[in-house]
Amino acid sequence: MIVDHLDVAPQEFEAATGWQIKPEGACKAEVCVPLGGGGFDLLTTAERLGMAVVPEPDRDLWAVGPESIGGRALATADASDFSLPSLDGTPFRIGSLRGQKVLVVAWAPY
Amino acid sequence: MAGPEVARPFVEAAASTHPSLIDQTHYMDARFGVTNIPQVMWIDETGTIVRPPEPASPLPVGEAAVQMAELVGRSEERERYVAMVRDWVANGAASRYALSPDEVVSRSRERSPATSEAAAHFELAQHLWRDQGFSERALFHFNAAHELQPDNITYKRQAYSALAISRSGGEDPDGWTRFRQVPGEGEDWPFVSDFNRDMVRFQPELAARLKLPGAEET
Repeated sequence: MIVDHLDVAPQEFEAATGWQIKPEGACKAEVCVPLGGGGFDLLTTAERLGMAVVPEPDRDLWAVGPESIGGRALATADASDFSLPSLDGTPFRIGSLRGQKVLVVAWAPY
Repeated sequence: MAGPEVARPFVEAAASTHPSLIDQTHYMDARFGVTNIPQVMWIDETGTIVRPPEPASPLPVGEAAVQMAELVGRSEERERYVAMVRDWVANGAASRYALSPDEVVSRSRERSPATSEAAAHFELAQHLWRDQGFSERALFHFNAAHELQPDNITYKRQAYSALAISRSGGEDPDGWTRFRQVPGEGEDWPFVSDFNRDMVRFQPELAARLKLPGAEET
């Protein structure tokens, strides 16, 4: 996620990363990581989740990398809710395929 | 061309009945660990992943794809993978190829703090490139991503392609410029690696079969 300020709101953080901020911590499906109380803070949360925060000083931008907690790309096997745009730009929710098996094939024409 | 326009001719020619989705931000990498193509992930009827993203080449369709498949080899692997998918379709959770949630997580791609940092650098590089072209700062972030996660091939392909397009004035005049993966003869190459050197490093047997420069003869 790219931000031009560090006082990110929890809703913005959740939309970009899939981690929901709850009283018990940052949660994705059944996994919750305690944040030590207090209000939501991007840098503290990123640190707890093993997310790198890399600055671009020329442009006052920061990029927040994905979580590395647990040492694996997946913190949970839950994939019930994510969305990507289709060709015409409208978002497609993977949840709309619930009840069917889904094969996600990543390809590129280059 | 960029974004969906690159994929559109292929999607329309295939006229598939399944959704075709566009991932311009490498969301599939950040969220699931897709770091190369082709990679495939299985999700069951409840929205639970039963196989994490893994390399899986489809059976080739069309003359060019058949030729490419013969060159690269591994046709048995392709057929085996398709048989695995069919087994899962027929048997669901009882298929021996459907994994438990714990297995899915532990078999997903390794992600270290350095990998997260690589992803952050890559996202900045992409952002700067799209915003202001192929600048020194974009190059800095591309190279940082390449050094932090050398086996992430998509980070490299994207950077090489961006440079080639930039050097041809933002166009892809012959339809091949965006495929650039090694320096042309005498070309100044600002990256820490290139496709041939990476193939020799990460897939030495295939590099030898393709007779790439620097590959050990077998």
